[in-house]
Amino acid sequence: MSLLGDSDPIIYSSATFKSTRVINGQSIENVAGGVMDFRVSHRFGTFNSGIHKMFGLDIASMRLGLEYGLNDRVMVGLGRSNVNEEVDAFTKIKIFKQVESGPKKMPISLSYFASMVMRGTAWADPNRDNYFTSRLFYCHQLLLARKFNDQLSIQLTPTFVHRNLVETKADFHDIYAMGYGGRYKLTRRLAVNAEYFHVLGNRLPSGNTNSLSLGVDLETGGHVFQLHITNSASMNEKGFITETTGEWSKGDIQFGFNISRVFTIKEKKPPLAQ
Amino acid sequence: MNKSLIIFCIVVLSSFQMMGQKFFTRNGHLGFFSKTNMEDIKASNESVTYIMDLSTGEINISALQTNFQFEKALMQEHYNENYVESSKFPKAIFKGKIDDMSKVNFKMEGVYNAKVSGNLEIHGVTKPYSVDAVFKVGGGHVLAETNFKVKCADHNIKIESSLKNNIAESIDVNAKADLTELKK
Repeated sequence: MSLLGDSDPIIYSSATFKSTRVINGQSIENVAGGVMDFRVSHRFGTFNSGIHKMFGLDIASMRLGLEYGLNDRVMVGLGRSNVNEEVDAFTKIKIFKQVESGPKKMPISLSYFASMVMRGTAWADPNRDNYFTSRLFYCHQLLLARKFNDQLSIQLTPTFVHRNLVETKADFHDIYAMGYGGRYKLTRRLAVNAEYFHVLGNRLPSGNTNSLSLGVDLETGGHVFQLHITNSASMNEKGFITETTGEWSKGDIQFGFNISRVFTIKEKKPPLAQ
Repeated sequence: MNKSLIIFCIVVLSSFQMMGQKFFTRNGHLGFFSKTNMEDIKASNESVTYIMDLSTGEINISALQTNFQFEKALMQEHYNENYVESSKFPKAIFKGKIDDMSKVNFKMEGVYNAKVSGNLEIHGVTKPYSVDAVFKVGGGHVLAETNFKVKCADHNIKIESSLKNNIAESIDVNAKADLTELKK
């Protein structure tokens, strides 16, 4: 009877984060194959906007997204945001997964993320030659995450953003940033998250700031509610990484939430009948 | 004359070997079903290891929790993360024995009903179980099957009150395996 236990299968880490987003930024999680995620994201105005704007509650930036898992490794998504009338399309691909136990060793999970954003606003100068490509922005990220234990997960997100059209000649087209994200699970339904994107090499104009967000994840069955405070209004990657202007020290902080509702479109092969 | 002696010897020796024979599979089935008015939850694991010692009636079963496949990915995640806590308790293990070996004869083709008693470990909590099992013997195979119930509370699997309507207190479990001789 000694055979039991000598089969040593690979167990991969799962549920490193509760949602496909840490807060604004992508997390190492994908929606599973055949699952559709309908996301409603909302950022109110800044707290320091005063009583006439009800401390920000009168103002709304929002993004609606439909995201789908082609399989357990590849997901695609489409989103519409009223910030600069933007449409974003992205894919996120799992390259390898952290191994929790088994004959193979792998301390981290790695994914690749790529997105394209099309800005819809009217041209700043309609008289010059305007090209469609000038509306486009690109973002590439590597997501490196480690689930240290059931509570603590940390993620590093090296990021490259390319902007086809920038405001002035002095502005850089290419922006590099490093993202830091983490979550700490308090109960099986509640986690706290923090996220910071550090733009490298002073390549943004002086009015721009780094994006810092703090939040909680609340999970109830098929929903995940993410509530947070952040200094970024945009909800796509190139937006909150390169276009954040809010300063925490001045009270340019916004309350926001993401609501994620998943629907199983394609059920996995049904288990054998009882 | 010599030839038939050899054959005789082989038959005698092989039947002796049969006494300590172990049958096993790595592709056994373990499924469970939770039925409530709100929803049905089904899961199955098709890579469960079963080992049976035909001479003593000892049965060991080992199932990796993460191998249970659910229809909905989120259910699977919740099962592993919140309920059975697979990272802490990766396996469900049964160690038991056929109560009365006179009820079965693994050397003869046929269908035998027998009680199997033993200990089942789920979520780090071990409980004694006694279940009715069926053994179909024939053609070098032993087909073993049983159905029984597991109470979540018995194994310290806590279901929050908000989900009491979605997850049954008592789960129907089906175990089924086609065992063949273990070749060393």
